[in-house]
Amino acid sequence: MQIMNTTKMTARDVDVFYGEKQAIKKVSIDVSNDNVTAFIGPSGCGKSTFLRTLNRMNDTVAGARVNGKIELDGEDIYASGMDVVLLRARVGMVFQKPNPFPKSIYENIAYGPRIHGLAANKSEMDHIVEKSLQRAGLWNEVKDRLNESGTALSGGQQQRLCIARAVAVDPEVILMDEPCSALDPIATAKIEELITELRGRFAIVIVTHNMQQAARISQRTAFFHLGELVEYGPTAEIFTNPKEVRTQDYITGRYG
Amino acid sequence: MSDIALEGGPNMPAGSKERTAAAAVWTSETMRRRVASRYAAERRFRGIGLFAVLLSGGFLAFLLITMAYKGVGGFTQTEIRLPVDFASISAGVTPEALSGAKGDETMATLDLETLVNDAAKAQFGEEGPSLLSEGAWLSLRSALQADPSLVNQKTELWVPASGEVDRAAKGDADPAAERQLGALKAQDRVKTGFSTIFLSSSDSTDPTVVGIWGAFKGTLLTMLVTAILAFPVGMLAAVYLEEYAPRNRWTDLIEVSINNLAAVPSIIFGLLGLAVFLNFFNMPRSAPIVGGLTLALMTMPVIVIAGRNAIKAVPPSIRDAALAMGASRVQVVFHHVLPLAMPGILTGAIIGMARALGETAPLIMIGMRAFISSPPSGFTEPATVLPVQIFLWSDEVSQGFVEKTSAAIVVLLLFLMTMNATAIYFRNRFERRW
Repeated sequence: MQIMNTTKMTARDVDVFYGEKQAIKKVSIDVSNDNVTAFIGPSGCGKSTFLRTLNRMNDTVAGARVNGKIELDGEDIYASGMDVVLLRARVGMVFQKPNPFPKSIYENIAYGPRIHGLAANKSEMDHIVEKSLQRAGLWNEVKDRLNESGTALSGGQQQRLCIARAVAVDPEVILMDEPCSALDPIATAKIEELITELRGRFAIVIVTHNMQQAARISQRTAFFHLGELVEYGPTAEIFTNPKEVRTQDYITGRYG
Repeated sequence: MSDIALEGGPNMPAGSKERTAAAAVWTSETMRRRVASRYAAERRFRGIGLFAVLLSGGFLAFLLITMAYKGVGGFTQTEIRLPVDFASISAGVTPEALSGAKGDETMATLDLETLVNDAAKAQFGEEGPSLLSEGAWLSLRSALQADPSLVNQKTELWVPASGEVDRAAKGDADPAAERQLGALKAQDRVKTGFSTIFLSSSDSTDPTVVGIWGAFKGTLLTMLVTAILAFPVGMLAAVYLEEYAPRNRWTDLIEVSINNLAAVPSIIFGLLGLAVFLNFFNMPRSAPIVGGLTLALMTMPVIVIAGRNAIKAVPPSIRDAALAMGASRVQVVFHHVLPLAMPGILTGAIIGMARALGETAPLIMIGMRAFISSPPSGFTEPATVLPVQIFLWSDEVSQGFVEKTSAAIVVLLLFLMTMNATAIYFRNRFERRW
């Protein structure tokens, strides 16, 4: 198991406020390039909120405010010179509920490369679409019906389509916000397998409710509670030998 | 299974008596009546609903059938075949002069009215001219315009009959007109049939030559101005308010104002148009451009409200997905939100435009109730619109206008239906599932 070698994103003393309410308190964390990092914690602990600060998706929430510093490859993503559009192309995201565009499968994948001008012509675009779908393990299932609507796929396929869509623009980091919570166990297993395959190619940060999932797929785990980062370390250590009592109580199921 | 439990028995376990009693509640007479009354209530409600649907459908059918029945006479016209000798008044006028550059001036030198009167007297005696419509000479002019070579010839032309003869032919007139019609029939010089006069000419004081074309074209131009202004402005306002505007006191105020604006009586918009467009900006009176502007003011709030609701109904997950792909706000709006909201926006636009199409009051305020005898040739020419034309004709004394009014209503309804059908077609084309 690889333990943090290169750091992709760093957060230092990050506070997030929704209006008057503080959702995240002084969180500092490093996200490594080659690992899957899992955020776990009870509902409402701020793990999704924190995830969304990493690609500035909280900007769209009225009244949301972020203090502290978050860097991507040493570049402050909240600096005034940072272009949010390019940041989000570099830090992709997969959501809790599969949300394919109501367009064809092909168009779903081609959308990102098209708006960022990544394909010069049709054949390049075809290549990107095929490669992305293959990476998401969806190619064999959909190659004969690329023109069908993405919303006609099953839930698990839709979620893999969303992953393929995120992968299509070759991001550096992929954020996943409970990507399996709306899926059945078989679809979940496929997504987990996929995440494991994608590891190393992209830095992956995943928020999950499911502790077994975190244990299965991640190399580093961060435990959030009430907006604070309680403990962060190698997954094996967090689950077998937590340092904090709160972590211990959570992973043994005292609360959740 | 259940039978045994319900009947009970000596060796049933403890508590089974209560269970039996509880089960008996469901089979008791009271319960049966409750269920029956519940079903009866459901049937009643369904019946009332069906009755409401049938009643409104009946009203609509009654309206349409009455209008179609009364209006059909407006599309037909009795015509009289009249021998005309153009040569008698056209000394020195050549067909070339008529078709040339100064054709209209040359035409004006011909005394066609006298020619018609003389021809009628020659054919039908002293009362001949009264058989013909006052606008009969217009038919001669059209014939000459169509075929200038007639100018030196003697020919026979179908010209519109007078209102009395026309009504007699349609079975509703006094004995004198009946006699005249009988005489004409004896000479085989009369026919009643579909006439293009009503569809191709404009307003007139004479019901036999009156037509809808001027008002129709006025409506077309006015609606065009309204659509071009109200649709994009309303849609963009809706997009801005939903996607960009911060939520604060100002946007709340704007929202309330727009909602109020949508409920303002239309005549107030007419006064506004009068005060602003005519008095302040000195725009031409009675013009489609002013009518269109006024109606656009009225239509815009409706489109804004419908547009905002349609945009609100686009799932936020689609916006998130596009934003997370690195799409800019404008790209999110134009690539995802608007295409998905378009059916709803179009529905709002249809409702708004249909309301504007039938509007009379604000247009009267800005002078579109004038007597317009030639169709407008542009947006700044004096014009009137179909509903105002209907209003004007319904006020006319002459009997012949009754069927023309109904015919105009039929045209207006057809216009409305065509417009709605087009919009529904577009709406269905844009409709997408997700």
